[in-house]
Amino acid sequence: MSRDTLTGSRIRERRLIIGMKQADLARHAGVSASYLNLIEHNRRRIGGKLLLDIAAILDVEASVLSEGAETALLATLREVAALHPRQPVELDKTEEFAGRFPEWARLIDVMAQRQSSLEQTVVTLTDRMTHDPQLATALHDMLGAVTAIRSTSSILVQTEEIEPEWRDRFQRNINEDAQRLTEGSQALVAFLNGETSQTDQFTTPQDEIEAFFSQSGYYFPDLETCATHEAAALEIKEMIERSPEILVSASGRSQTQNLLFRYWRDAHALPTEGLLDQVSIHGLEPDAIAALNKVDLGSVMRRLASIPGSILAPLITDDRFDIGADGVGLAVCDSSGTLTQRKPLQGFPLPRFGAACPLWSLYQSLSRPLIALREVAEQSGRDTSQFETLAFAAPVTAPQFGAVPLLEAHMLIVPLSKRGDATNFVQARPIGVSCRICPRASCVGRREPSIWASGL
Amino acid sequence: MKQCRAKNGGDGLNKHVLLVEDEPNIIEAVSFLLSRDGWTVSTHSNGHDAADVIRAKKPDVLILDVMLPGRSGFDILADIRNSEGFSEIPVLMLTARGQAKDREMAERLGATRFMTKPFSNAEIIETLHEMSVS
Repeated sequence: MSRDTLTGSRIRERRLIIGMKQADLARHAGVSASYLNLIEHNRRRIGGKLLLDIAAILDVEASVLSEGAETALLATLREVAALHPRQPVELDKTEEFAGRFPEWARLIDVMAQRQSSLEQTVVTLTDRMTHDPQLATALHDMLGAVTAIRSTSSILVQTEEIEPEWRDRFQRNINEDAQRLTEGSQALVAFLNGETSQTDQFTTPQDEIEAFFSQSGYYFPDLETCATHEAAALEIKEMIERSPEILVSASGRSQTQNLLFRYWRDAHALPTEGLLDQVSIHGLEPDAIAALNKVDLGSVMRRLASIPGSILAPLITDDRFDIGADGVGLAVCDSSGTLTQRKPLQGFPLPRFGAACPLWSLYQSLSRPLIALREVAEQSGRDTSQFETLAFAAPVTAPQFGAVPLLEAHMLIVPLSKRGDATNFVQARPIGVSCRICPRASCVGRREPSIWASGL
Repeated sequence: MKQCRAKNGGDGLNKHVLLVEDEPNIIEAVSFLLSRDGWTVSTHSNGHDAADVIRAKKPDVLILDVMLPGRSGFDILADIRNSEGFSEIPVLMLTARGQAKDREMAERLGATRFMTKPFSNAEIIETLHEMSVS
């Protein structure tokens, strides 16, 4: 079937655009409706006077109907077929397929474009992991330091007679290399967690969202002053428009907009002034504050996480806690365990790529909805910081007979003091950030080998 | 460029080894180790002129790091293998990357042995002995 067999589809499309019934077009053109129907479905050829008459009735050039604008679509379909040689298709029927099933053909076109875009993203991310100069340099420096330490320490241990000046020099070298190794490890973990400031690192919408919230310290006092939803919408629109270099993707902007609206609703229900008053009375007890204000526990956790450490810390008299400049951290996940909102803390980073540590109380709460969980957790890593985590999961969908509700879980992360025996009253649960960078080799929750164990 | 002579007269039989490496503490540790084993050790830390230094020093054995400032160890190896009188010199390549493609590249360019960092002292001494007698 040749290209002109698409003419029927174009007639039908044009007729529908101008809102004309098939029967009316058939009557004006002097043919039966059933014959026009066959033409429109490319089952009868059309040309000559009848084509000119129909074009005149439809107020369009006859050539537009006979040639159309499907050239690019046909090219795409042929390209898709060429890309999948193991799946033979009837190439000689491409035009017939596009003509008889134009929407399916366009869907293939859209999917081909989407696949091309995704493949490009995969290439970019793979390239970043395998050829990133920052990553390669960090690994090279670390292995250099490890090599020097290993060789030097072996000399010190295994050499029976070593001159004092050599011994002193080697001890200094080990100290230098240990310091270099420490700094390199921290830089590497920061890199793997995406804690970089360059805009070209924003490879996912989550990168953009985290950078946007991080640059404001997760605190938006101007948004909190908006009295109405309309005012908040305008403020949020302007906030997003002011950050085109960070919020580069439509998905990043959309998710940021949703999170900011949620922020505004939370602040509207529980204004900062009242929240701070209640924190000064009750301390970091989100359940008590939620009950007093008749709001849900998750919203109180989000409100507490939005308060800067400089404001929150002076109100906390419990010396178990050691609130720093970042305040308290927050992780929110949906029923799948995907982190949907995050505020990491020094010593408690939240993974941006891949899954987090399954031992977090955040995930424990998903299996025990509506039960508030509080525990002391000890992060893996060099300084094994301890945190009190408060977790709570609740349904986000209305109860419905026969339907399992979708849950949302919140986990507030409060840094514990390193002074004295603050955490001795309860055994700290050993946790990590994500399996990939966790050194706990025998962890029951391990999904994949750690880079510390399996080698880089 | 530094030179360190053997003090204890180990098994190195006073042969000359040139270490081209940019990590100063690795240079110091390996130099100490090899000199105690009886080697005469020269060192050089810049990739840019390393090939000229190798040709000038004419070591019995060459230890060559892959990632050097100025020029990669692979380039240097290719350069000296094309120099008259250097086609047979034993070369131990050191790298922080143990990927198969790096090992294959080293072999293709004519490296005698290939060692991944971090290595043990015993490993490097044993390897040099094997290279110097073969």
